[in-house]
Amino acid sequence: MSAEAAVSPRLFDCRDAFAGALEAVAEADPRVVVVVNDSIGSSKLSGFRKRWPERTINVGIAEQNMVGIGSGLANGGKIPFVSAASCFLTGRALEQIKADVAYTKANVKLVGHSPGIGYGELGPTHHSIEDFAWLRVLPGLAVVSPSDPWETAETVKAAAKREGPVFIRVSRFGVPQLPRPAGAAFAIGKAETLREGGDVAIVANGVMVARALAAAEALAEKGVAARVVNMASIAPLDLEAARAAADLGAIVTVEEHSTRGGLGGAIAELVAGYRPCPVEILGFPEFLPTGGVEFLFEAYGLTAAGIARAAEQAIALRGKR
Amino acid sequence: MTSSVFQLDSDDRAATVARIRDKARAIRRHALNMVFAARLGHPGGDLSVADILATLYFGVLRIDPKAARDPGRDRLILSKGHASGALYATLAEAGFFPVEQLSTYMKPRSMLNGHPNRNYVPGVEANTGPLGHGLPIAVGVAIAGQIDHAGYRVFVVTGDGELQEGSNWEAAMAAGHRKLANLTLIIDRNTLQQGARVAETNDVEPLADKFRAFNWEVVDVDGHDPAALIEALAQRPGRAKPLCVIAHTVKGKGVSYMEDQVGWHHGVPTQAQLDQAMKELSAT
Repeated sequence: MSAEAAVSPRLFDCRDAFAGALEAVAEADPRVVVVVNDSIGSSKLSGFRKRWPERTINVGIAEQNMVGIGSGLANGGKIPFVSAASCFLTGRALEQIKADVAYTKANVKLVGHSPGIGYGELGPTHHSIEDFAWLRVLPGLAVVSPSDPWETAETVKAAAKREGPVFIRVSRFGVPQLPRPAGAAFAIGKAETLREGGDVAIVANGVMVARALAAAEALAEKGVAARVVNMASIAPLDLEAARAAADLGAIVTVEEHSTRGGLGGAIAELVAGYRPCPVEILGFPEFLPTGGVEFLFEAYGLTAAGIARAAEQAIALRGKR
Repeated sequence: MTSSVFQLDSDDRAATVARIRDKARAIRRHALNMVFAARLGHPGGDLSVADILATLYFGVLRIDPKAARDPGRDRLILSKGHASGALYATLAEAGFFPVEQLSTYMKPRSMLNGHPNRNYVPGVEANTGPLGHGLPIAVGVAIAGQIDHAGYRVFVVTGDGELQEGSNWEAAMAAGHRKLANLTLIIDRNTLQQGARVAETNDVEPLADKFRAFNWEVVDVDGHDPAALIEALAQRPGRAKPLCVIAHTVKGKGVSYMEDQVGWHHGVPTQAQLDQAMKELSAT
């Protein structure tokens, strides 16, 4: 953890940024409502409920109904933020997300809380390492995984402004506030190059971005210049940034997700049709064993050291396959 | 907004019922012609729901085809989206788009897909098809209306076999809990599903008791009697619960050889069968 800690000593729960930003957009726009499945506490929405009880719709433990109601609220002119643990929201209500939200082009914002392995020891039933794969294939549904509190708040604001469906992944796992130049702007579908480098591209999103930056630091000490790309939006993918990564001839993707079908999959699809090059995909290849978040990240190489190793591997393979 | 039939005097009301019957026959003829031309569709369900849709669009709903997205409009969500033939025929007859477009039903790139899409077809409220989606969506619209103290009503039509989907009961529980008096569910109770009788497959009875237990008001009605449907669908002042109208219908209603036959869930008539159907549907 020493490299990560060097970025910023303080760690943040992005749900706080989500809740704060949502209250700000709700204050400005009376159409904003929230829909939850008994997830007020886990979505950090007790402040919202206190201010706007009539705009807080708790459907109880009923995710299919929750997403259907979201679609109906949009029909009735509301901007619903449907907020629930990502594993239940995306798994249980996938057909509603497909038909009632994406196919309908409903103005619904889906907020997947504690995604990835946020629930740690609670195990694979509660992990949500499939959501990118399930959702990024749905046309018109933006899929965004913010990296830190600032980007989480920006995503909420951008989602409220965007006419159409958005899925936002909001992590509970502590992350540092990333260093950004003054005036940095966020846009859905736009990647962010947080560090320039010409030897290898590390493409990451969500809580992995801070680790990717730490890996780039470690690589620099060995004389390897790694570019770090924050690909917060998996859909729509920033094609320009993805092609620029392929132009370097060696890519590592890092995500708190399955190694199949997520960010790595999206990049690999692009690269295969553009300029084939080695793509090392870091993530979780299986249902995970019992263990806490930090243990699981260590065990599967989702650490600064693991990312740096994968970068060196991608560089070694450049031009060889 | 067209005026509600309930504000009319009895002569006008009789005229309205006669018009609904005419429209229902037209809807049935359109739907069968569409299925015949497309070589595909769900004629049995189109025919069972025809009087319900005709009654709603020509006697109950406060809607204006020229302002199809008016925020204050009543909503009708056809949850049994496979009865798209009947829905499209109704919307065309109601003036949402030209009747001539019905001949494009399921043709390549037609807006008239096998299941309705609100982004393509004026007047369609929800993209249904997979069963058990319409009621949760309708509950959402009704909640929006409740928050806004809006005057509109939300109607949703489901099949009866469709009630085997669990999502309906999540929504039924929420509607009862929230006392959504602006919500009306109409069950097209034709007793048949795709493969067999509902009662032989996974029985939904006792249906009225189920909805009463979920804190709904329930009425049973002949789903082919427009006057009775109008009566049942009337909004009563002071109603404090969602309303469930169990509309008893016959699958394939109006075409003798299709009536109550499970095989006509989907099925395409031959030319001779179509001719006979058209004869029967113009006689009454």
